[in-house]
Amino acid sequence: MATERSAVEARDVTKIFGHGPDAVRALDNVSIRIRENEFFTLLGPSGCGKTTLLRLIAGLELPTEGEILLEGERVGHLPPNRRLVNTVFQSYALFPHMTVRQNIAFGLEMRGVDRATIGPTVAEMLQLVQLSGYENRRPSQLSGGQQQRVALARALANHPKVLLLDEPLSALDLKLRQGMREELKNLQQKTGITFVFVTHDQEEALTMSDRIAVMDRGQIQQLGDPHEIYEQPVNRFVADFIGDTNFIRARVSSLSNGQARCRSGSGLEFDCSAIGSARAGGEVTLALRPEKIRLGKAERSAGAGKVVHATYVGTDTNYVVELGDASQLDVRVQNALDGHARFRVGDLVAIDVPAGAARMLVD
Amino acid sequence: MADVAIRRRAQRRLDLRYQPGFSTLAILCLVMLYAPIIVLIVFSFNDNRSVSVWTEFSSDWYVAAFRNEEIRAAAWISLKLAGIATVVSTVIATAAALATTRTRAYRGITAAYLVINQPLVVPEIVTAIATLSFFALLRSEAGIYFGFGNLVLAHTVFCILFAYMPIRARLEDMDLTLEQAAADLYATPWQTFRRITLPLLVPGIAAGAMLAFIVSFDDVIITVFVAGPGETTLPIYIYGAIRRGITPEINAISTVVLAVSVLFVTLFYFISRR
Amino acid sequence: MSQSAGISLELADAGRAGATEILAEQEKLLRRRRWLLLSPALVAIGVFGIFPLFIIVIYSFLTPGEYAGVNWTFSTDAYVQFLFERDIFDEATLIFNSDYLEIYLRSFLLAVYSTVAALIFGFPAAYFMATRPPETRNLWVFLFTLPFWTNLLIRTYSMLIIIRDEGIVNMVLLWLGVIDRPLVILYTDFAVALGLLYSYLPFMVLPIYASLEKVDFRLVEAGYDLYASRFRVLRRIIVPLAKPGIVAGCILVFIPALGAFITPMLLGGGKNLMIGNLISLQFGGSRNWPFGSAAALILMAFVMIALMFYVRTTTRERRHLHG
Repeated sequence: MATERSAVEARDVTKIFGHGPDAVRALDNVSIRIRENEFFTLLGPSGCGKTTLLRLIAGLELPTEGEILLEGERVGHLPPNRRLVNTVFQSYALFPHMTVRQNIAFGLEMRGVDRATIGPTVAEMLQLVQLSGYENRRPSQLSGGQQQRVALARALANHPKVLLLDEPLSALDLKLRQGMREELKNLQQKTGITFVFVTHDQEEALTMSDRIAVMDRGQIQQLGDPHEIYEQPVNRFVADFIGDTNFIRARVSSLSNGQARCRSGSGLEFDCSAIGSARAGGEVTLALRPEKIRLGKAERSAGAGKVVHATYVGTDTNYVVELGDASQLDVRVQNALDGHARFRVGDLVAIDVPAGAARMLVD
Repeated sequence: MADVAIRRRAQRRLDLRYQPGFSTLAILCLVMLYAPIIVLIVFSFNDNRSVSVWTEFSSDWYVAAFRNEEIRAAAWISLKLAGIATVVSTVIATAAALATTRTRAYRGITAAYLVINQPLVVPEIVTAIATLSFFALLRSEAGIYFGFGNLVLAHTVFCILFAYMPIRARLEDMDLTLEQAAADLYATPWQTFRRITLPLLVPGIAAGAMLAFIVSFDDVIITVFVAGPGETTLPIYIYGAIRRGITPEINAISTVVLAVSVLFVTLFYFISRR
Repeated sequence: MSQSAGISLELADAGRAGATEILAEQEKLLRRRRWLLLSPALVAIGVFGIFPLFIIVIYSFLTPGEYAGVNWTFSTDAYVQFLFERDIFDEATLIFNSDYLEIYLRSFLLAVYSTVAALIFGFPAAYFMATRPPETRNLWVFLFTLPFWTNLLIRTYSMLIIIRDEGIVNMVLLWLGVIDRPLVILYTDFAVALGLLYSYLPFMVLPIYASLEKVDFRLVEAGYDLYASRFRVLRRIIVPLAKPGIVAGCILVFIPALGAFITPMLLGGGKNLMIGNLISLQFGGSRNWPFGSAAALILMAFVMIALMFYVRTTTRERRHLHG
């Protein structure tokens, strides 16, 4: 792995904006390697540094410390117009005084590509984004979705090795967004270009990416494929940011062979993999996804939970179950085949957590 | 009919932003602003010499004014002066706007603003006598005398501000990411400026040029003090004529000058709307 | 920041250069380019607009030349002359002379009156414009600002011809029988104040309009929801929000009005002198450039005070808003 050349690499990159006490540390010692032909997503809440990292790759900002490498070459000193990456901006940034055709051709013109080649390339790009026939329109005459596709075509026309996308779908409405997700994924697979995609929408990240880097406050919290990120969050932030999670304080009752048995204050027992710092008798935080908890009708009230809330959401019902020590659990259970919820408010339920369902988190 | 009016008044009362009497005052204001000018224009077409008794329509005064050698010479000087001052001041203002807009505050930017805004903070009479003194000093002590150039320099200086403002406004409205996108698409800084920034800036520059022209064409005070012999501009001519006595030719020539201003302001508005 | 990144073309071979060095280098290039762009404006205005002001400071401490200009002998006579005149029989005695002070006082009062009047008329006008529907709003703005760009001399002249004894105002009043002898309006202080109002009204309307346009009228809705009357909403919500525009408008009217020249010259006759006329006389018939310079500088002092007041008010506002 170490000898394989990455499409994009960031090494110990730090970016500080401003000076003195008001300085903002947008990126804090970040290192990542993005592989060729990969759909790589930077995911996180606003202000986490994902857009800053993208702009460092594009060359629109320079790192305060550390280095950016493209295909193994240091590019820190190169301005954006000398890097072979292209960007799809969040606001599309289409040149309002040029036609669609002129916009798409712009990068090619700037690089001095032969005029005879430009025409066919533009036509090819328009076909790729399904906008053939729109050559002579102006950006102001296009809908949001069409503008976005022109922005895409404009960037792709230059056959970059890496395409950077800065929250390109955030301005679109839901239906369009879902359609574009598919289109973008297909485009990436068809062209084989490395996509670096920035978003704050976890559903987007999970559906489109080969790998995701979850970021918060200038640091990478976790890097992995969507399955890993969802099933095996390493810390509270990732567990919380992706999907819904229950956080349970528990005490380690026994520890052997990397497996731990923990007991929560409400009397529930959990079998899970132990993290390195776990000690017998020590307190840990467990993350438990609502859909991994099994509920059954309780015969007696001892050790049972009570359903205090039920919200119907179509395929499932979200329950809030109150436990013996007044703590609550979010549980999601698929509804019965006739569509009705399995439990009602006030029901006593027995709670079963399968082995491995809970994850021990790094504090 | 009555209840239509009542309903309309009720509708107006319901309008949250209605304030009693404001519309009346506003219209009154507008009337006040235009009434004297309209009187002037109307009476410039009056047949007799009086400026308050209307006899019949006549364009005699315009003909007389047009035939007047002095007026023609003055008009030419005004146009020449305004033309040169506009071109020079617009170029300078464009450069200044590029340097002071869309950057974070840097050392000296406040000072630069103060300098550029000088015509607004210094009353024109003070600028006029200061400029006069400066040129007189240059001439007497250093023998430097630019002739007509003195007037051009004085005009250029106060025109810079008026050309600057629309250009700056246009630049601030411009989407910063457009230039980033150009760089992302391999344009060098010069190409970015030439292909993206400048074309988008042109309406602002044109608007600035319009304003600069009007301000130079209409200037009185500074021109009166700085102009030398043979440099009578149209406003100076009118000023002298008024002091000599009110004649209908003044009305005619004033209307023409007004028309020129109106023309350029209208052009300005059209350009700004784009 | 994209501008700075673009400039590092020159550093293409600095492959091994550290990031901080590159940033510093870019900053330096950016700064150089910036000052290069600014220099024509700064030089032009500095040399021909600001430097001359220093010259008249110097002039104010010299003595008048024979025909025009100055004699290069130091003297504070110009400033002394402002308040005192020398006894004809005994050069050394100074008698207090209030003539010039009266001129300054009159100018100050006239400027204040016209500013207040401009506010009374200008605020409703700006409010009216700001509350027009967006389609017609531009037309109204155009109508109100058009006079602003026309020649001040001609506008003042047009006012002159209608308020003369034989002017239209008097003709109409006589014809209506309201009066039987022409009202003397021209060549009075009132005429000058009226002229000042007329000249500088657009300077008040525009900044207030700019402020009002930005007002979120949902705040007004909230005010009504909380039982405020129309007047209260105006006083407690709208006016405070428009304050920056009001202050700017007042300054933009007061300063030119204080230093007005054309208006008092045409509408005041030779009697109701304002500061502008006084200064002009010194550079004309009276041939006393040092005194004219001194008078101009004293005027500038008042302008500076007004400006400092403006700056203090606006920074206090800004501090209020940003805490």
